[in-house]
Amino acid sequence: MRMLRLIVGLLLAMSVAPAMALDRETIAQLTGGDPDEQHRALGAAAARGDLSAIPFLRDLLADRVKLAGDKAFIVDGDKVVDALERTPAELPADAEDASTSNSLRLAIEETIALIELASPDRAARLEAVKRLQSAELDESRVALLAKAEQKERDASVRDVLRQMRALGELQSADRVQRLSAAQALRTTISGRVREALKTRLATEDDGEVRVALTRSLRNVESSLAIGENLGVVFSGLSLGSILLLAALGLAITYGLMGVINMAHGEMMMIGAYATYIVQNLFRAHLPDHFQWYLAAAAPVAFLVAALVGVAIERTVIRFLYGRALETLLATWGVSLILMQAVRSLFGAQNVQVENPAWMSGRVFVTDNLELPYNRIVILIFSVGVLLLVSFLLARTRLGLFVRAVTQNRGMARCVGVDSSRIDTMAFALGSGLAGLAGVALSQVGNVGPDLGQHYIVDSFMVVVLGGVGQLAGAVYAALGLGVAGKILENMAGAVLAEIALLIFIVVFIQKRPQGLFALGGRQAD
Amino acid sequence: MKRRVMVKSLGMLAAGALLASTALVPAHAEEKGPIKVGILHSLSGTMAISETVLKDTALMAIEEINAKGGVLGRKLEPVVIDPASNWPLFAEKARQLLATDKVAVVFGCWTSVSRKSVLPVFKELNGLLFYPVQYEGEELEKNVFYTGAAPNQQAIPAVEYLMSKAGGGAKRFVLLGTDYVYPRTTNKILRAFLHSKGVADADIMEEYTPFGHSDYQTIVANIKKFASGGKTAVVSTINGDSNVPFYKELGNAGLKATEVPVVAFSVGEEELRGVDAKPLVGHLAAWNYFMSLKNPANTEFKKKWAAYAKAHGVANADKPLTNDPMEATYIGVNLWKQAVEKAKTTDVDKVIAAVGGQKLEAPSGFTAEMDAKNHHLHKPVFIGEVKADGQFNVVWKTPGPVRAQPWSPFIPGNDKKKDEPDTH
Repeated sequence: MRMLRLIVGLLLAMSVAPAMALDRETIAQLTGGDPDEQHRALGAAAARGDLSAIPFLRDLLADRVKLAGDKAFIVDGDKVVDALERTPAELPADAEDASTSNSLRLAIEETIALIELASPDRAARLEAVKRLQSAELDESRVALLAKAEQKERDASVRDVLRQMRALGELQSADRVQRLSAAQALRTTISGRVREALKTRLATEDDGEVRVALTRSLRNVESSLAIGENLGVVFSGLSLGSILLLAALGLAITYGLMGVINMAHGEMMMIGAYATYIVQNLFRAHLPDHFQWYLAAAAPVAFLVAALVGVAIERTVIRFLYGRALETLLATWGVSLILMQAVRSLFGAQNVQVENPAWMSGRVFVTDNLELPYNRIVILIFSVGVLLLVSFLLARTRLGLFVRAVTQNRGMARCVGVDSSRIDTMAFALGSGLAGLAGVALSQVGNVGPDLGQHYIVDSFMVVVLGGVGQLAGAVYAALGLGVAGKILENMAGAVLAEIALLIFIVVFIQKRPQGLFALGGRQAD
Repeated sequence: MKRRVMVKSLGMLAAGALLASTALVPAHAEEKGPIKVGILHSLSGTMAISETVLKDTALMAIEEINAKGGVLGRKLEPVVIDPASNWPLFAEKARQLLATDKVAVVFGCWTSVSRKSVLPVFKELNGLLFYPVQYEGEELEKNVFYTGAAPNQQAIPAVEYLMSKAGGGAKRFVLLGTDYVYPRTTNKILRAFLHSKGVADADIMEEYTPFGHSDYQTIVANIKKFASGGKTAVVSTINGDSNVPFYKELGNAGLKATEVPVVAFSVGEEELRGVDAKPLVGHLAAWNYFMSLKNPANTEFKKKWAAYAKAHGVANADKPLTNDPMEATYIGVNLWKQAVEKAKTTDVDKVIAAVGGQKLEAPSGFTAEMDAKNHHLHKPVFIGEVKADGQFNVVWKTPGPVRAQPWSPFIPGNDKKKDEPDTH
């Protein structure tokens, strides 16, 4: 009987013990607002390996915790539960948010990771060690990591733990330990390891350890350099793709038709505002499909910008063909009117365009290179638009007519091409493309009435550099300017890079006024 | 210019004489009528977004004073003029306010360049200006009272916070700004300050971008690389709407506020209005006032503003926001009123002598006091973290108001400058 009672008692104690771990006191300490006490409570939770604390810590991270008196509540949408018992509760009227600061949130995240080192789930453990790689390690944490390493059975998790231990052991007084640490870090490709190896190498006086350090450092540095260089090239391509999108429409209106369209930037602005309207419509009427508003925004932006383009062509530009200076002035006036119109309609302040969730995130390439989805999507989008335009120009009847009118207007009319209709169509196409550029720009920058002003100079730069009348030229020019700009920026900073590029273009146009690619053979008009 | 003024004043003299002789107005009639008060904020052009609301704040404070019977038994009569974000026009309009409208005081200006442009006018005509915006310091004029922050009331406490344990204990700093005078001066001061705290040049990265820069890929990649050398924080003096692409890129690169916090000096409630605040959550701003401060004075201030905005159809009245320069404007109007009451006259020299030492229970929850000597306000400093709704969660504040140092001790040569305006 006594035995039974003991067993029951033990079982009870065992089942109760983990639940007891998160108590009112810990909660009070964590939400009390005293940083020292908070960090102490977190340290204690980590030392206990207190898995039961994790849900509360995650709630704290997500700002779901509210306080009223000495009680804490978790508010998740409409559901309110008591933080300790996790039973439904009524939220008092005077409840306030439990505030967290950056340093507390960082400590919470790291504490969760430390606790999860003991998780039965391998993926969770791997995630946890990865999270801890960038953490500051004090003595108690080093001890926890060492303990976890001893228990760990999975090779990949243990490797990371071993490397983290090595980082500390680089400073050890024992040369054997330093040597093995230096060797262990050979394959840990991170900026932190590079810095640690460098610092150690500066003070190391043991020859053999020095050799190992140098070898590891060389390996880490060369691996990091690959990622860094790829990163520069990618950011250049990304900038280039945005320039290309911005310039593609102009390559048609200016490049093919010869209209100096100063309102080109405003077509992009209209495209971006169309995106904004579509976004709001989706939010109001199709909240479940909000993620896909961009797919609808692209055709809408194209159509709206194209229609505005048609209106401008029919009312203004039509009467000014062949008079470059007048067109320039007239379209500049149009651009001012469009900007003011948007200002009156939507206000002078920037409007808010949100990235859909699937565009925010990164794809892992190498240890120090992750590429953001939104830039990849824009890159793919611009390639798609480019293919579409070149198909349109090269393979369709409309394209054939546009090329014909471009090359020899008189002859084209003679064989029955309605050249004025083709002008309208081509201008609409150019404007619509600018509208598509606006969709892309709304995802990386500000949407405001003067959005177009930031891109108009770049667009002309690309078209002129590429060679007027050439689509391929614009592609090379845009990507070239993008990559060269990014390489220069890396070397000399953003301000000097911009100056250098402009000087380059001035000199280049002096030497080669026809641009990179000139039309061969007989020129039209 | 001189001649025009002379002709103008001669003309006015003649008109005045005519008026006096025909209507037999007693000479001290002007002392009985309303007191004219000038408001010089851009209501159109690029700065309209920020400045319009300051005009409304000043009008609200004036309305409030009038409702309580005015100053010295006289009502205040606001004269609102729009300098249209055009710097030379600021000087012209200031002259108009002082010479033609004969205002007793002017509340106005936002950018440093507009302040510099009206300064000579205020000196020449001995006017009185209350300037409500945080600025780079290095200025101290007899005719100006500065109710915004000097660098030691914003930039330096922010960096001190980042270095503290609660702020993450940053060891390395990125000083990032738009390429013009305010960021360059502020960063010069900050670099000297960091040196004094033992931070080596190798641990400071200073970067500038052109106005309207929108591609922050390279800079963010460099910050990421720099941050691998130790706990890093970014001090941003990026101007205006370039902030949005910068924060978006930070989010893209996976640099979270917990790892690399960014503290900004020109991102406030009004700036976050048109912005998707999600990528900014957790990043910091340093100001002397936040709308989210909880104290009776602020509750009342917000209530007053909401009522005023609704009654007068101010833009965005459905979502009334208050911010730091608005609080500074409100303090400025009230301090001037108190000084006039103390001086018992609107005479500029006597009012200037009376403004020093004036106190007000400010919406920040502290007593704002105009320094007896240096024309700057003693203000508390708050650090706030951006929340998803565009408001700030205050995570740190100074124990009390901080005295301004318009001549930063971290700029060589400033130790010889006097902490009060020259009085020739």
